[in-house]
Amino acid sequence: MAEWRMLDGYEMVIGLEVHVELKTKTKIFCSCPTTFGAEPNTQCCPVCMGFPGTLPVLNAEVVHYAVKAGLATGCTISKYSKQDRKNYFYPDLPKAYQISQYDLPLCLAGHLTIETPKGSKDIGITRIHIEEDAGKLVHDPEKGTLIDCNRCGVPLIEIVSEPDIRTPQEAVAYLQKLKAVIAYTGVSDCKMNEGSLRCDVNLSIHKPGEPFGTRTEMKNLNSFQSVQRAIEEEYRRQVEALRKGETIEQETRRFDQTTGKTSSMRRKENANDYRYFPDPDLAPIVLPEATVRAWRDELPVLPDARKAAYMEQYGLTSYAAEQLVSEKAFAEYFEQAAQSTRAPRTLANLMITEVFRLLEGESTAIRIAPAHLAQIATMQEEGVINSGAAKKAVAALWEQDEDPVAYVERNGLRQLNDPEALRNAVRQAIAENPAMVEGYRKGKLPLKKALMGAAMRLTGGMANPVLLQQLVDEELDG
Amino acid sequence: MKEITSMTLTELSEALRRGEVTSREATEAYLDRVERVEPKVGAYLTVCREEALRQADEADALRRSGQKVHPLCGVPVAVKDNICTRGIRTTCASKMLEDFVPPYDACAWEKLRSAGCVLLGKTNLDEFAMGSTTENSAFHVTHNPWGLDRVPGGSSGGSAACVAAREAPFSLGSDTGGSIRQPAAFCGVVGMKPTYGMVSRYGLVAFASSLDQIGPMTHTVEDNALALDVICGYDRRDTTSVKRGYTPMNRQLKDGVKGLKIGLPREMFAEGLSAEVREAVTGAAKALEKQGAIIREVSIPSLEYALPAYYVLSSAEASSNLARFDGVRYGHRAAEYADLEELYVKSRSEGFGAEVKRRILLGTYTLSAGYFDAYYKKALQVRTLVIRDFERVLHDCDCLLGPVAPTTAYKLGEKTMSPLEMYLGDIHTVPVNIAGIPALSMPCGLDRAGLPVGLQLMGATFSEPLLYRVGYALEKALGEVVKEVSL
Repeated sequence: MAEWRMLDGYEMVIGLEVHVELKTKTKIFCSCPTTFGAEPNTQCCPVCMGFPGTLPVLNAEVVHYAVKAGLATGCTISKYSKQDRKNYFYPDLPKAYQISQYDLPLCLAGHLTIETPKGSKDIGITRIHIEEDAGKLVHDPEKGTLIDCNRCGVPLIEIVSEPDIRTPQEAVAYLQKLKAVIAYTGVSDCKMNEGSLRCDVNLSIHKPGEPFGTRTEMKNLNSFQSVQRAIEEEYRRQVEALRKGETIEQETRRFDQTTGKTSSMRRKENANDYRYFPDPDLAPIVLPEATVRAWRDELPVLPDARKAAYMEQYGLTSYAAEQLVSEKAFAEYFEQAAQSTRAPRTLANLMITEVFRLLEGESTAIRIAPAHLAQIATMQEEGVINSGAAKKAVAALWEQDEDPVAYVERNGLRQLNDPEALRNAVRQAIAENPAMVEGYRKGKLPLKKALMGAAMRLTGGMANPVLLQQLVDEELDG
Repeated sequence: MKEITSMTLTELSEALRRGEVTSREATEAYLDRVERVEPKVGAYLTVCREEALRQADEADALRRSGQKVHPLCGVPVAVKDNICTRGIRTTCASKMLEDFVPPYDACAWEKLRSAGCVLLGKTNLDEFAMGSTTENSAFHVTHNPWGLDRVPGGSSGGSAACVAAREAPFSLGSDTGGSIRQPAAFCGVVGMKPTYGMVSRYGLVAFASSLDQIGPMTHTVEDNALALDVICGYDRRDTTSVKRGYTPMNRQLKDGVKGLKIGLPREMFAEGLSAEVREAVTGAAKALEKQGAIIREVSIPSLEYALPAYYVLSSAEASSNLARFDGVRYGHRAAEYADLEELYVKSRSEGFGAEVKRRILLGTYTLSAGYFDAYYKKALQVRTLVIRDFERVLHDCDCLLGPVAPTTAYKLGEKTMSPLEMYLGDIHTVPVNIAGIPALSMPCGLDRAGLPVGLQLMGATFSEPLLYRVGYALEKALGEVVKEVSL
């Protein structure tokens, strides 16, 4: 990721609003299922379609999940919170109001720690509240605009950050961390491509030491990449505007993924007055301390704690540990595999370089048994195979998982450790390349590496590289 | 034996139990009566003749089978048309929902249906229950059976008139600011606005969610207790319904009033109350005193703020509750529109009547940025005051007695041009909704024009059995104040 460069001395100030779909079995106010990708309008009922006379009943699991997300991000959980109506007309909003939380949200004042080039940084979380999702509009060239109500009433949490973010990289790091932490708690899949994690960016610019500028909002960014590009583009646009002596308008802007430009959607003077008021159909949410305590006990070990443990216990670097804890599935895989090898650093390295390369898209399904990857790491560590062979084995087992020892034997990948055989290979390489030897002896030192390569080729790439190096040294210099 | 349509609910239930009458006979008798008097009264928006006869036959079959049945099995009932009935159109007396057929039953009707009640039809109301005369119905006016040139009251005017005109032995109404009690008073029937949370609101098309409550309208106090017994109770689909043990409503019915302290709130007998209403209501208090009740004057100072608070809160909630009628999924949609904005504007402008629009505008205004604190928040504070005041006086008294409306039924068209004057007519009924407490409206006399005068008994939350007890004693003390109306 290219590091962003400051223009004209302007610093960017970013706050993120992240919507996360909770994966409760049923919707927030009715018992319709929440499964993604069902046929349009097959997962809705009179309640989520806002039919007259129907009433919402809060799904207790939604509160449970939202509180877990709050606890995982260090929030204070409100003992008393309420639900409010956010009133506006849109065809994807059947009741013409969204049930959300206004002044008394469920969770308050948390934070997440991210890694930046300048070290660790805390990003404040203002609040987390629960609300219902709207439906989806589908534009059909023949039939016009159609409404799919399957998503109406799918439970969401909105996580609002403090304006603590200063670069696009920090924004992405925050999102990655948030995604990891939420996914760990198991309350959401956090799949940006399925819309279960969506991000709005609030951005203003100022010169350090001066008050914050007027902010603009960019809505519904659906990948880390578009968040980064939208921020870069909007920053550039705002600096450009100030250069020209223009003022920044408070407005909502749309980011176009294909052109990479942002454009105005709605100015402040045309902004909705949502006329929030407490929903009279729903009682306040009162949470006894014991309930919150019990929910806290359900939390798994979170990424930061695991990261620290990996560095302490296995001697991993901060970078390697951060990579492994980025997904709960990776961390769990690593922990399981690490139990069957004494080479955890090699194991970590194989995961980060080989396994992550083989994973497609947002998939976290590693197609090799943890014990098998551990065995490959052990073999590499013990000199049974070299790193090239380890790489080959990982790629092969990815296609067809099997006992790695059997695979290595069958394919003759075992490392050559026999000094006599290796010495023969070195001597043959020297004999076949008199010009190189001549050049080396006259002072062209890098030619030694070429001779080493020639010897390695003669062993079919199977030589123990350390031993081979030793023999090359002996035969050339000894 | 009495003619079927002259029976009280209790009598009809008894006759059905004894096998003297079948549900089919009762249903046919009421349907015939409807056919005969409806042209004069206009209480119904929909009459479900075939469906009712089918249900009646089912009820009769059930009774014949010897199974234990509910006392109301086979009894016909009329339901206000803002209470959803599966497969039968539910219009809220609005063009907006003229063709709306709900795919679900409201909880209250579901309970009656499960008990074996037979749905005669859906009754007229002020559009979306907003009004005091039923003149705001988009379809037709309802005439007061006691004077056909008079309003039946509202918004449950159809439910009150159909019982008074003997077009149903009982009915369901809904009361947000007096909509059961005021038409009950105008039509000389008994109507109960139960404690908020006693009857599930599931399937009641919301006007003001924090105030709406369904209740029964009947000929007698005993009938009313019988009907409320069926429809009350916790419903998991309405989280504002209250989970508690509900004792039978008629449990103390015949215990008398000896030693009960009954308060007369001074503010309810102030200026603006017609002399005839005052006379009848104080007369009733005297009758109770004769029976051994202790009558005392009390004061509820916050009452004068209840009416404005009510109009702020109810309109605010209504503006949000009625936003869903946007012409997109169901209900009226404009025939032609250029874009989404026009679809909304035209559908809603065409679908809603003047009073509904007035309340939506009022509510939207009071919830708007910059006005919220001055109106909505203030109104909530008044609500807290009213609740406390009622708690205080009801700590010293067993119940309260006061008028329902300042006057008896007025002429059709008399107040339609003056919404404010009409709002003032709710002055004695809205405090009860604001406080969430129950109130029983019942006839206590006739004015010189022969029109019924109503009074209301108000009590602490869940004191319905006590209110029925006092009401029953009063009914006995006053004798038959309203006779069967001749049409």
